[in-house]
This record gives sequence, C-alpha cells and structure tokens, in this order.
Amino acid sequence: MQTDVAELEKLSPKDRERLALTGLDLEMKSRCGSFFQIDQDVVHTSCNVRGIEVLPIGAALEKYDWLQDHVWKAVPRDKDRYTRYVARQEKPQGVVVIAHEGSASVMPLQACLFLLAEPVQHVHNIVVAREGAEIHLISGCASSVQMEHGAHLGVTEFYVGKNAKVTSTMIHSWSAGISVFPRSAAIVEEGGVFLSNYVCMRPVRRIEMYPTAHLVGKNAVGRFSTIVVGTPGSHLDLGSRAVLAAEGTSAELVTRAITTGGTIISRGHILGETGSTRGHIECKGLILKDGIIHAIPEIEGRRTGTELSHEAAVGKIARHEIEYLMARGLDEETATATIIRGFLDVKISGLPVVLQKQIDDAIDKAEKGF
Amino acid sequence: MLDISDLHVSVDGKEVLHDVDLHIGEGETHVLMGPNGSGKSTLLKAVMGFGGYCVTSGSIVYKGREITHLPVHERAHLGIGIMFQRPPSIAGLKLGKLLAAASHMSEDAIEALAQSVNMEDLLNRDLNVGFSGGEIKRSEILQLKAQQPEFVMLDEPESGVDLENMALMGKAIAHLLEKDAHIVERHRSGLIITHTGYILDYLDADQGHVMIDGRIRCHGNPREILKVVKEGGYKECLRCKQM
Repeated sequence: MQTDVAELEKLSPKDRERLALTGLDLEMKSRCGSFFQIDQDVVHTSCNVRGIEVLPIGAALEKYDWLQDHVWKAVPRDKDRYTRYVARQEKPQGVVVIAHEGSASVMPLQACLFLLAEPVQHVHNIVVAREGAEIHLISGCASSVQMEHGAHLGVTEFYVGKNAKVTSTMIHSWSAGISVFPRSAAIVEEGGVFLSNYVCMRPVRRIEMYPTAHLVGKNAVGRFSTIVVGTPGSHLDLGSRAVLAAEGTSAELVTRAITTGGTIISRGHILGETGSTRGHIECKGLILKDGIIHAIPEIEGRRTGTELSHEAAVGKIARHEIEYLMARGLDEETATATIIRGFLDVKISGLPVVLQKQIDDAIDKAEKGF
Repeated sequence: MLDISDLHVSVDGKEVLHDVDLHIGEGETHVLMGPNGSGKSTLLKAVMGFGGYCVTSGSIVYKGREITHLPVHERAHLGIGIMFQRPPSIAGLKLGKLLAAASHMSEDAIEALAQSVNMEDLLNRDLNVGFSGGEIKRSEILQLKAQQPEFVMLDEPESGVDLENMALMGKAIAHLLEKDAHIVERHRSGLIITHTGYILDYLDADQGHVMIDGRIRCHGNPREILKVVKEGGYKECLRCKQM
C-alpha cells in the first residue's frame, strides 16, 4: 500500500505533535517500516526490510492460510467483553507483522493507532517472528486533542518462534476522557525472547490491561517494563503476567509508577509451572501528590526448582536526597525533578538505542510537568 | 570567611548545639574533633542549612553575609561545599549528569576532570549505588572538584578509606584547599571533622577545636590537641577546661 500522505496531512499540527509524543516518526528516518491506522481506516503500511512484512490483517489472512492458526490462540476470543467485541467485527482491522525465518531488523517498525473522530477504535494485531527472526516494534497509540471521549480496544497476539526475539514498546498518549483496553499475550518458544515495554505519562480516563507471556519453550525469556504516571482523574489498572511453562525459562516484571493524584493498580503474576525456572517482580511507586498506588505482586510456584521473588515499595522522595543535590547547587525544584527522572530510568537490557531513546524522550517531556 | 556566633541548634525539638562560636579566616583550614555524638556533624549540617537542623538563636555569617536562614542551594551558590560522610544513593542519576548539573561544565571538561583524578570509571554509574567506601569518597571529591567551593566542609574524610586511597584522598583535599598555593595566594578555607587525624599527614591545619556535648571546649594547635586526646582521651579536654 502506498503512503496516503493526504490522510496524514489532514491531521492538525497539534495532533501531529501528539503522535510524535508516542514515538511516531512521520519521516521514517529511523524506522524500517510503518503501519498507520486512523479510527478504523488503515491509511499506510510499508516495510523496507527483506523478510519482514507489514500487512493489514485482512490482506494478511488472505495471503497466508497458516496465519489462521495464529488467530485468537494467544489471546482467547472469549476472554472478556472487549475481546468478544473485537472478535465479532465483520471487518477486523489491525496490523499483521511477519518476520520470516532468520530475518532481522535493528531499526524498529512503527505501528500507529490514532483515534480521531469515532467513539470506538478496535484493532486486532498479530505479530509473528519465525525461527531466528528479530524485530522491534514501537506502537504509538494516541487520540486527537479534539477527542473528548472514546475507547480503544486493542488485541495483540505475539508469536515468538524458536530463538526469535520480539521487542514491543508501546507508548500511549491519550486524553483525559479516553478509555483504553489493550488485550495482549505472547507465546514464546524455545530460546525465544519477548521484551514488552509500556510507557504512559499523560492523562487518560481509564486503562486496563494485563498482558501475559506464555514461555512454553525451553530457556525462553520474558520481560515486561512498565513506566506510568497517574494524573488526577486517571485510573490505571495495569499488570503483567508470565507463565514459566518450560525448563530454563525466566521472567522479570519491572514497574515504576508515579501518582500525581490518580489511581494506579500495579499487578504482577509469575507462575512457575516447571522446575529450573526463575522469576522476579519489582514494583516501585512514588506518591508525589495524594493518590493511590496499589501494588499487587503475586508469585506462584508449583514445582521444586522454581525460584520466584518480588519486591515492592511505595513511598516519597526522601528529603535528604533532595538536600544532597541542593548542596551541589541545584534548586529544590530541579533536584526533585532530577530524582524523579532517575526513578523512572529503567534501563532495559537488549533494547536498541533508538527505542531506549524514544522511551527516554517520552519521560523527559513528561518530567517538565511535575 | 565564616563567622558563627552564639549558635544554638535544635534537632527534633532538642537543643544539640549550645552557644557555638567559630571564626574561620580566608585561606585557613580548621579541624573539628570530639567524641561521637558531640554535635560535630550537626554543626556542618546547620552551616549547610539542611532541614531538621533548626537554628534557634545566633547567626552564621559567610563572607560578610548573613546566611542563617538561606536555602541550601543558595549557600552552595555562594561557595559553600560539603563532603558527605554517608551520602544517599540515587538510582537512575549518573554521577556524570550530576556533575554537569552542578558545575555547568561541558561533557568533555567533566571527562577530563574525572580522568585527572583517575575517576572516569565512576561517571556512568548511578550515584552512590553499590559504591564501595573508597568510591563514595572519590565521588564526593570529584563533585567538590566540579563545584569548586571556596569554603569546604569535610565530615570524616578518612572513614572507610584504605591506606592506599588515603594518600589520594589527602592530596585531593589539600588541592581543594589550595594547600599547594603560597599562603598569600590561598583563599579557600575548610572545616574538617576528623577522629583519627590521619588527614593531617596530608595537609596542615591552622586551628583545631574540640567539641563536647554540643559546645566547643577548646581551641588550639590541631596536632597538640590530637596528641593530648590520643594520650588522655577527651576527658582530658574536659579536665583541662575545668581547671
């Protein structure tokens, strides 16, 4: 599909700015491919890496029969009312990314889902990395500045093949009246690596998600990193889950949550179904203004030889930390912002520099608002 | 440079420092000794202006300006620096970034400064996170070198430092206090808390003070005071004062 530049240019400068906040690079300078959906219309798909395809879901299902085996397998269609809503659509929309055997791209593919005028946006995305493939996705989800109310229902299924690696970085930039219900899951085979990063620093009415990584092959690795700010009026119910279903699998769930008045529920669940498995949950929360941070880490072991741990802490910035920096000449406001910036700085191992920079930029931009 | 007069300081509503007078001239280095819990660190923190150290009466005047109630960062801007004994760890904040923020030096200049004192390995590490005792001291020294304070307070610079690093530390502190400059060219002043006096092997101090129970009991030659304390303990200072 050709770039429909006219569609992109219809967006107001403010909307384009908001899209940029999610990491969307309209000029494609550091992207290897793109998928852009406004409301229910796919306006652009492209990919310039051999062995990697980016297709609207309808076209992909027509092209590849085998893809049927990857539809509603990681995420059950009757999981809840949101998945059922997406499943009963006659014209499903969304993106399918297929990284064929051995293909690799260090530059990320970008998928952008923009809520412009319709009350509900539904998407069904499927990402397949076949044996030995490596892909990085950056999904920016945003709504128009004019959009006061609306909902985004997004189902994303990841299939990470043998020794394949998928990094998915999702940056959200919604409005205070938007509700968001992503439903994602990954099935990771032997030696596969699934890294999922989520950043939401801007106001939103409600986000509810609990993505799961099923580590079904030996030595598969899953890691979820979540960086969120709960602004007044926002209700973020976020979790991540890893099922350690094969020997040698390991998972780490890391969350940094800040509330400036909103509610953040930070869930985490690691299930050790087999021996020789490891998992760790780390949740740190900062309450800057009265709000709620409710950390619910769960570790569940079922076999000898599974090692699971968690640490959770909710607190404030220590006065002596601020004064330490003030003694070096930083004023109180700068010292506080510097400490907050450090708190949010989760370095994600294995993440390409360009993606880490995208996350850092999203945090830097939000930091000015504290 | 620093004139402390009739200073009373309370911590958690309890008076810890009573009627402290201390005068440190330009280019002078003073040493503060005294038993644990006598109020030495409290004095340094009160001079820096940290919260929780409440000046109930008296004044702190720095270079002719009353600073008793100034916020911490303004005192830092005026040229007061402090080396922390146990600084907090700040995850996610690289030492190099703090140096840049504290000094407005370029990245290259910071790199060069760190190299000059053999500390470039610390620049990309999170501030004090997992630092050894020696690394904390080196990091503190590096921060002060970037900050270039005219009046520097050091709280037990030799604690937790092995012998090998002691020489490095001692020389770096001597350099901060312009000990290598001719006496008439020397403008920087310092106040150093020491228990062992090891630091005196690397720099000459002009005056020594002994603090006991929140009061300065004795002024004199730092080496002589140290000798008396080593032989007879601080009770000797009490006895001597009472005579």
